Amino acid sequence: MDLGFLWEAVQRIVPGVPVTLQLAFLSVFLGLWLALALAIMRLSRILPLDWLARVYVFVFRGTPLLIQVFLIYYAAPQIPGIRSTWAWIYLREPYWCALLALTLNTAAYASEIIRGGLLSVPRGQVEAGRACGMSGLLLFRRVTAPIALRQALPGYANELILMVKATSLASVITLMEITGLAHKMISETFRAIEVFIVAGAIYLLLNFVITRLVAALEWRLSPHLRRVPHAPPSIDALR
Amino acid sequence: MSLFDLLGLEVLGFGPRGWGWQFLAATGMTVAVSTAGFLVGTVLGSLAAWAKLTGGRVVRGTADAYTTVLRGIPDLLVIYLFYFGGSTLITAINRDWFGGQGFVSVPAFVVGMLAVGVCNGAYQAEVLRGAYLALHKGEIEAARAMGMGRWLAFRRVIAPQVLRFAVPGLGNCWQLCLKESALISVTGLTELLRQSFVASRSTREPFLFLTAGACLYLVITAVTTVAFSYLERRAMRGIRRA
Repeated sequence: MDLGFLWEAVQRIVPGVPVTLQLAFLSVFLGLWLALALAIMRLSRILPLDWLARVYVFVFRGTPLLIQVFLIYYAAPQIPGIRSTWAWIYLREPYWCALLALTLNTAAYASEIIRGGLLSVPRGQVEAGRACGMSGLLLFRRVTAPIALRQALPGYANELILMVKATSLASVITLMEITGLAHKMISETFRAIEVFIVAGAIYLLLNFVITRLVAALEWRLSPHLRRVPHAPPSIDALR
Repeated sequence: MSLFDLLGLEVLGFGPRGWGWQFLAATGMTVAVSTAGFLVGTVLGSLAAWAKLTGGRVVRGTADAYTTVLRGIPDLLVIYLFYFGGSTLITAINRDWFGGQGFVSVPAFVVGMLAVGVCNGAYQAEVLRGAYLALHKGEIEAARAMGMGRWLAFRRVIAPQVLRFAVPGLGNCWQLCLKESALISVTGLTELLRQSFVASRSTREPFLFLTAGACLYLVITAVTTVAFSYLERRAMRGIRRA
């Protein structure tokens, strides 16, 4: 193994890290709001809304992300008149197309995670909130949402990692993030294994850090589940 | 006169101007490469699950590294590794061992099958391991008590029940596999996504053909979801649920 080449690969691929992280975090953040809306639609018991959300989730989970990226990147310019609207400023850039595809895609997966979280909120907690005189948005903000969020967090961490991996598809529409730079370097040098090791290690490191951060957040948000530090009873208490 | 002609979409039909046959073949290719990849994944996943459950420190460490690494890096990167790395490796072997000349490329189908299989195996390993752990210890002890050897107990008692518990998880792995197979289009294999792309390029109708491709993916997803839920019901028919 040629250490000099590996170092060169690191220097060439690391500049792609900000693009990857930006795409992943922005899409997850934007997707969260859409996912929340979808989850609420699913739980609304209003049939048309419920079905609309179901169809959305089925379509976006049932087709490959790459075809969604292609549809937005190659097919959107075909929409009549789009070139004269403000949307064209964004849709002609591969970055915004990738971000839009990732956001729409993650929203479908995340809405199911959030729905699971919302369904797991114990009825008693909601009743207690109502008994205290809370209702509507206040009840949701103070009781339902925090409990649901905590429940959904492990699933959401998975989704975040999947999104970091999914950003690699942006390279297919010419974006130079980690995989894009790695692909460029492989096709120039034909040393696939070394480049793969470097790019793979970067992804692993990113995902490892993300897992640790979410685990720390989970720990912070669940003080009630932690074991009470065991203190031996003092003699004074027994007297 | 087919349905597509009635809709004014004869480009999607099977006529002389239609892309129907190409799309049918590409759908077959997607199913074939996903299935082959899934089976490679099942073999690798079973080995990795076995290694994790019963291996010594080194074997277990290897299996852990495999599942952690392959679940932590993008599939596209693995496909590039197999596509470029495989050809480089085979060319080198051909030159050094057999004195061959020139560049040897690995068939895109094999690259796709292996890349998808290696990625999917990491997920399947976890599913199979979980399914094995869900098995009651008493079942294995009972098999032993009946005088069954390791292999016979595995074939008659362990494997059928592990598969039963694993069906829902394996169904998810299959869906992953199917969607991953779309990434193989970057190697030039004419599967569904590649075909949609080629058709949309040559007719300048990207919206129509990419949507058609997406619909075909949805059909495959829907059909296999139904198939897996049937399998699940069948596998669970002897179990009473709370």
